[in-house]
Amino acid sequence: MIEFVLNRQLICTDKPAAMPLLDFIRREQRLTGAKVGCGEGDCGACLVLEGRLEEGRMQYRPIVSCLTPLANAHGRHIVTVEGLNLRHLSPVQEAVAEHSAAQCGFCTPGVIVALTALCLSEAPLSPEKAIAALDGNLCRCTGYQSLKKAALAVAARLPVERQNRAIPWLIEQGWLPAYFDAIPGQVAQIPRCSPAFAPGRPILGGGTDLLVQQAGQLMAEAPNLLCERWEIGGICEDGDSCFIGGGLPIAAILENRTLNRHIPGLGRCAPLIASTPVRNMGTLGGNLANASPIADLAIIFLAFETRVLLNGPSGRRELPLEDFYLAYKQIDKSPSEYLEGLRLRLPGARRLFSFEKVSKRTHLDIASVNTAIGLDFDGETMSRVRLSAGGVSPVPLLLRRTGAFLEGKMISESVLGRANALMQEEISPISDIRGSADYKRLLLRQLFFAHFLKLFPEHLSFENIHNEGLLAHEKHSRFRAREGAIRLSG
Amino acid sequence: MKNIHASGHVRGQSVFLDDLPVHEGTLYAAVFGSPVAHGRITGADLERARALPGVVAVFSHEDIPGKNQIGGNIRDEPLLAERELHYIGQPVFLIVAEDEWTARRARLLAGLQYEALPAITDVEEAWGREQFLFPPRTFRLGSVDEAWEHCVYHFEGEAETGAQEHLYLEPQASYAFPAPHGGMKICSSAQGPAEVQHVAARVLGLPVHRIEVEATQLGGAFGGKEGQATAWACLAALAAWRLQRPVKLVLPRQDDMRMTGKRLPCRARFRIGLSRALKILTYEATFLLDGGAAAGLSPGILERALFHATNSYYIPNVRATAFCCRTNLPPNTAFRGFGAPQAMFALEAAIARAAYELGIPARRIQEANLLKEGDEFPYGQRARQAHARQCWARAEADFDIRKKEKEVEAFNHQNASTKKGLAMMPVCFGISFTKTSMNQASALLHIYQDGSVGLSSGAVEMGQGVSTKLAQLAAMALGVQAERIRVETTDTARVANSSPTAASSGADLNGKAVQHACAQLRRRLLETAASILRAPLAEVDLHAEQVWRNGRPTALSWEKLAPEALQRRVNLSAQGYYATPLICFDREKEKGHPFAYYVYGTAAVTMAVDCIRGTYATEEVCIIHDFGDSLNPDIDQGQVEGGVVQGIGWMTSEEVGCSPDGRLLADSLSTYKIPDIYAAPDVIDCRPLGAEGPGMAALRSKAVGEPPLMYGIAAYFALIQAIRAFNPHYRPGFRAPMTPEKVLMALYQDENAAAL
Ligand SMILES: Cc1cc2nc3c(=O)[nH]c(=O)nc-3n(C[C@H](O)[C@H](O)[C@H](O)COP(=O)(O)OP(=O)(O)OC[C@H]3O[C@@H](n4cnc5c(N)ncnc54)[C@H](O)[C@@H]3O)c2cc1C
Ligand code: FES
Ligand code: FES
Repeated sequence: MIEFVLNRQLICTDKPAAMPLLDFIRREQRLTGAKVGCGEGDCGACLVLEGRLEEGRMQYRPIVSCLTPLANAHGRHIVTVEGLNLRHLSPVQEAVAEHSAAQCGFCTPGVIVALTALCLSEAPLSPEKAIAALDGNLCRCTGYQSLKKAALAVAARLPVERQNRAIPWLIEQGWLPAYFDAIPGQVAQIPRCSPAFAPGRPILGGGTDLLVQQAGQLMAEAPNLLCERWEIGGICEDGDSCFIGGGLPIAAILENRTLNRHIPGLGRCAPLIASTPVRNMGTLGGNLANASPIADLAIIFLAFETRVLLNGPSGRRELPLEDFYLAYKQIDKSPSEYLEGLRLRLPGARRLFSFEKVSKRTHLDIASVNTAIGLDFDGETMSRVRLSAGGVSPVPLLLRRTGAFLEGKMISESVLGRANALMQEEISPISDIRGSADYKRLLLRQLFFAHFLKLFPEHLSFENIHNEGLLAHEKHSRFRAREGAIRLSG
Repeated sequence: MKNIHASGHVRGQSVFLDDLPVHEGTLYAAVFGSPVAHGRITGADLERARALPGVVAVFSHEDIPGKNQIGGNIRDEPLLAERELHYIGQPVFLIVAEDEWTARRARLLAGLQYEALPAITDVEEAWGREQFLFPPRTFRLGSVDEAWEHCVYHFEGEAETGAQEHLYLEPQASYAFPAPHGGMKICSSAQGPAEVQHVAARVLGLPVHRIEVEATQLGGAFGGKEGQATAWACLAALAAWRLQRPVKLVLPRQDDMRMTGKRLPCRARFRIGLSRALKILTYEATFLLDGGAAAGLSPGILERALFHATNSYYIPNVRATAFCCRTNLPPNTAFRGFGAPQAMFALEAAIARAAYELGIPARRIQEANLLKEGDEFPYGQRARQAHARQCWARAEADFDIRKKEKEVEAFNHQNASTKKGLAMMPVCFGISFTKTSMNQASALLHIYQDGSVGLSSGAVEMGQGVSTKLAQLAAMALGVQAERIRVETTDTARVANSSPTAASSGADLNGKAVQHACAQLRRRLLETAASILRAPLAEVDLHAEQVWRNGRPTALSWEKLAPEALQRRVNLSAQGYYATPLICFDREKEKGHPFAYYVYGTAAVTMAVDCIRGTYATEEVCIIHDFGDSLNPDIDQGQVEGGVVQGIGWMTSEEVGCSPDGRLLADSLSTYKIPDIYAAPDVIDCRPLGAEGPGMAALRSKAVGEPPLMYGIAAYFALIQAIRAFNPHYRPGFRAPMTPEKVLMALYQDENAAAL
């Protein structure tokens, strides 16, 4: 039995665990506010709020209901736009209407949910945060100017700090319906379910990959639901290493204080990865186990000494992250094992880190090429260099030879030029929808340079690097693979 | 006034097709599409699909009671493939089941045997093999060849624009159910319900009056639900007719993207000749438009490409020829601008080429050739109320373009790894359907006994705000508040034979028809009021919900007047009709006066390129736009902003692409990238020109839907400018979209590389 509170109503249902929540809401409950825009997490027309009881308080986050397995709603409060309606327009609804930010109106329910999530968010408000709240909402009509104005107007009407705009305050001020008051009590009564792991059955994390690929098929099966498993939902420091649970959503990892203390700049990667709602759902385990050669978390963690922890009927085992990837879409994991988490060796204070990603659209897009670098720097030379790259080989790649070359070197344009030459030998990009092989080579070179320009602005100049780059590019044009050309004219 | 639907939208209570209450016994359909781009069907295996529990029926072309033909003027498009397959995704079977998931699962079990045939996916190849969907056309003015000899500067080149997916957020949807007395009701997310009705009648073999088509409100359309709504409505109707049960067909996004056509890609070759004073003396262009596998609306699109081949410029000698090529891709179709953007891009490319070779800013050539009052277009119409120069001058002054250019220059000087570019784009867009007969509309108004008003017209609401504008017009004409007016859904049983809501003309044509209906009602009510008050007609007036006599309010309010009129047996319903006067076009001579008026404007777009990563941002869009006397500045401003961002998307990140075997490369939202909130310009500063609007526009408020899209073309040329500031070796190939891939390759292109 799946139990959750939908708006003001307690739901108990035996519908399939992998049924998209959106289908349940629209078809079974006839709440048609949330729209089906794409069914693949990209448009945000289906956004709903997911509320969890955390330390006695409800924490609300926006999620895309089209990719949420129904079972992942268990024990939660799910709020659709209907559940936000008051007798009068809420200030969020008012802002959108007043700024003419609803033209055809199809994206609008999702926008209302996203902006309400902003009001409920933990972080202090700022204009940037207000715009970012809509990073998962596509709108084809407005051109976004009016949406931006509406978002800024919402933020401007709210106290900056969360404690000053807690749920009782929001209710009192007419931002939320009064029933939100009673929700923690209702949610607390739903029994927790922590099902035993059933080897052999499909494993479902956040569903953001699986429900895109095979929602129909999964509905006929009873998948393992990992989001509910307590042992893979945490982050804890343990001596010189840190355990990161495989069931944690991407957002929870990138925003985690402990991790950000050890990996400066980790949080700044977030805007480049998926969207706010998808980051709230997609898990670390899913990102790694999906085995995409451009998985952003894989690329980020390859820049650190990281081990994958697997668990299954034959017990636990662990292996270095770089050895987890065997070949295209193949990982060193049997179907009966699940990914419990990562063990990150805590980097020292001298560790520098940079992540770069370029895609056709800068935000809410899969990388053409992504890369990360972690290195220790003592003011003179580099050591423990780990350089990773995605989109340039069948797997998320640790560039071992390039990394080794950089060990013990001082920072200079010519070192980078030579490193790039080596890097070009290590990679084997192919032409596909995310770019031609030539492009990916050039792009990785540029992003490699970008790491260093960012980390060592006082040691390097763009002009000199550029000149080095041109030389290296010419020298290594012979490595360029010329795959079956794709034509881009349509 | 705000959009009348705003409150429903923000509360999630607006009813789009898929939100309609479901009738008991509703079945769901899924379309089985061709797996090959070109082939001959040799057999089908539908037994496994039929056997899946929950599957009710699988239909093929043999089940069509009427004609298996959904083509428009050119009858070249079957509803379901018979013997041949012409593109991947072409509907072949329709699977109907108890629920959507079952229908989709059954689709995987359906088998189709075919013999694959060579596919053409390249427009040049189609052209070389003379694969044309219909004969080419040429517009001429003056003598191109003679003038060529007199030019001081001569340039030739090519330009190319890609397909553009509409990406209306609401996918194509239809819901059909048997209606009383042997009829069929179809709810369809269509821009042209009358066209759907007409074609569905043909497919079902019924007289048109047995089919009723209703469009509630559309979640965006942009031209993509004009010709293209028909197939899905007819399929749902076919199944509903055969099974005599309600059948719903909502395309999953991926089906929508695979099966429906896009903006026609276009390859253009041009030749441009200039005088020493930078006057364009001669321009010749050949457009190869990729129409895909069927003609659809392409004849009109090709025509509009030719009408706008010279955009906002006067060129005395012109020869523009357009071919519409048949390829094995989904039939391409209308998209905001309807061929004009493709043609305008080509001319801007020609101007840019000339400017680069001459080492001058393109702006100087643009400015030197802007239209002035009385100039003749290649098709014979003369520019009246021509605001091209006014818009340009206002843009230069209001936005201080010279200063902006200097700032860009200084910025580029100081920054090694970021470069900026600024480009301007004048636009002149003709308003009217180019097919004269389509320029008519009707409306039906009822005043009910409590004084509330129901308004029906042929206009479909799809976010452009036409309902709000019609409500405003009716309220003004009747002298009541807009809240009294309910704008009904668009239904063929209430308003018949309507033209699709397209060509930016929805508010003009339907607005005039509404005004006509209101004028009748108003006259009857004034007569009634005069007789109630025993006053001469000339002394009574009706406004602000009140009857006035000699400028003073009387006790007779609107709410009293309406029931009183009914008591006195006054007809409280009226039908209004409007046909645009004056317009005509002779397709033999390719001359005439096809447009009621033109919309003008000028945009300046500033782009910034990250020269390390090849990524870019639209910093600023400045626009002077000719709204006429805008009836609703909020809505019109929104149309400009939305249009220009779509245009920028088309020029930058929106790339469909196809493989040599005819598969669209970007067929989902994860691969096809429309602008998101971050990709949208930081600033859009759009100011009205402030010139008086034409009498042919409803209350002189000019049409606004399409023209702004073409401002986006400046984004391409601004990017080129920025790249040239970084890499002097870069040779632009004028092939849009300018994706981050192309930008990075261009930034690091060496001297010998081919144009990019
Ligand atoms: C709109 C959108 C944008 C996206 N953008 C990005 C992006 O920018 N960068 C990026 O890297 N990814 C992106 N993704 C992909 C996806 O969100 C991430 O890969 C996400 O981390 C997957 O996690 P999940 O829990 O949702 O996986 P699921 O879909 O639940 O599972 C994916 C796969 O992993 C397996 N799996 C899940 N958890 C475990 C586990 N603990 N142990 C073993 N196997 C497991 C599943 O069986 C399945 O094979 C995007 C997806 C969407 C829909
Ligand atoms: S429907 Fe598009 S994100 Fe869910
Ligand atoms: S208003 Fe139409 S998609 Fe946003």
